Amino acid sequence: MLTKRIIPCLDIKDGRTVKGVNFVDLRDAGDPVELAEFYAKEGADELVFLDISATEERRKTLANLVRRVAAKVNIPFTVGGGISSVADVDLLLHNGADKISVNSSAVKNPQLINDLVAKFGSQCIVVAIDARMVEGVWKVHLVGGKVPTDIELFAWAREVEERGAGEILFTSMDHDGTKNGFANEALARLSTERNIPVIASGGAGNMQHFTDTFLLGKADAALAASVFHFKEIEIEQLKKHLKDQGIPVRI
Amino acid sequence: MKLVIINYGAGNIQSIRFAFERLGYNAVLSDSAEEISAADRVIFPGVGEASSAMRKLKASGLDRVIPGLKQPVLGICLGMQLMCHSSEEGSTEGLGIFDVDVVKFGAGVKVPQIGWNEISNLKTGLFEGVAENSHIYLVHSYYAPLCSATIATSDYGLGYSAALHRDNFYGVQFHPEKSSVAGEIILDNFLSL
Repeated sequence: MLTKRIIPCLDIKDGRTVKGVNFVDLRDAGDPVELAEFYAKEGADELVFLDISATEERRKTLANLVRRVAAKVNIPFTVGGGISSVADVDLLLHNGADKISVNSSAVKNPQLINDLVAKFGSQCIVVAIDARMVEGVWKVHLVGGKVPTDIELFAWAREVEERGAGEILFTSMDHDGTKNGFANEALARLSTERNIPVIASGGAGNMQHFTDTFLLGKADAALAASVFHFKEIEIEQLKKHLKDQGIPVRI
Repeated sequence: MKLVIINYGAGNIQSIRFAFERLGYNAVLSDSAEEISAADRVIFPGVGEASSAMRKLKASGLDRVIPGLKQPVLGICLGMQLMCHSSEEGSTEGLGIFDVDVVKFGAGVKVPQIGWNEISNLKTGLFEGVAENSHIYLVHSYYAPLCSATIATSDYGLGYSAALHRDNFYGVQFHPEKSSVAGEIILDNFLSL
C-alpha cells in the first residue's frame, strides 16, 4: 500500500539553513546537507528545501547546494523558492533535485506550469499554493502569503492540475505558525476534488495533528518545519504513533 | 567494473550517478554505442514522457543497440517502461524486451502515484537480502501489468509489476537511487549479478 509521507521543510538562505535549529548532535546545524542526512536517517520520506535568498548569486549557490545534497542523501527532495523559468528548473534538476516547486511565478504566469510539464514531465513539478480565508473565501496569496490575490483556492487548484502539475503543496497562512493543527477542512476538499497528491502544510504542533490531517484532511503527505527542527516531534516516534492509528507509513 | 549510464537526454541521471558513488563505483555517462556495448553493466534511466524519450532514443540510434546488449542491463522507471512492448503514453512503441504493454492507472487512485510503496514476491538475485514488503520510492502514472516477466509486485488500486526480468535485462519501476537502504542493496546486487 502507498504510505503517507512525512516531509521536513528546510528554509535556506545563501546556502545555509535559516530557521533556528536545535540539534545538539549535529556538528553544524546550519549546514543543510548535514541536516538532510540526519532527517533521512531518522525516517523522513522526502525533504523540501525552500530558498529565501535574494542575492544575485542565488541561482549558483542553490545549484551547488542541490548538488551536495544529491550526492549525500538517498531519499527524494524538492527545491522551491524564487523559481520562475524553464532555465531555473533545468539547472536544479540537472544538479540532482528530484522535484521543484513553483508558487508566485505560476500565479503570475500560469503558462509556466505547462512549459515545465512539457519539458520535464508532471512527476517533478509541484505547485505550492499559499492561501488564507478572506471574508469566508479561501484566497490565494503571493510572496509567502503577504500579498492577497482575487484567485480562489479551489479554482486555482483545478487549473494547476489541468495544466499538468504532478502535486499540490497547500499551505494555509491562517494555520501556519499557530501549532493548532492543519487546515483539514480545506485540505479534504482539495484532496477529494483533485486527482493528484496533496501535501498539507501549516499548523503542525503535535503528533495528533498529523493523524488528523491524514484522516480528516485526506492529505497524501504532511510537511512541517519547526516541530522537527526543535525536536518537539521526532520522526521515528511520529511514524510509530501514525502506525498505531492505522495510518500506512514507512518504518 | 565499467559501469555506463545511457545518456540520451531524458531524465535526472545525476541522482543515479551519485547513488553509485555512495556505493564506491564511478559511473560513466555515455551515448556512444561502442562504449555502452563494451561496459560490464548498463543503466538505462528515464523520466518524463514516453514518446518524446523514445524519439530521443531513436535519434541517437540507441533503440537498436539496447536490445542487443549481452551484459546485465537495468532499466529504471521510464527506462523500464521503454523496454516493454509498448506504452499507452503517447501510443509509444517500445523496445520489446519485455512482452508486456504499459498502461495508465485508472479511476480510484490519484495519478501520478508518488511516494513509498511496498514490493513483494521478490525473485532473482536483484532482490537478494531485500526483505519482502520493503518500501521503495516511486513516481509514475503508467505501469506494467503483472506478467510472466514480473520479479517484484506492488499494489496501487491493483497489482502491478514493480520489476521485470528477461535474460540479462532487468527493469524496475521504482527509483532505487532514491529508495534509502533497500534501494542501495538492489543497486549493489545489480553490480554483482
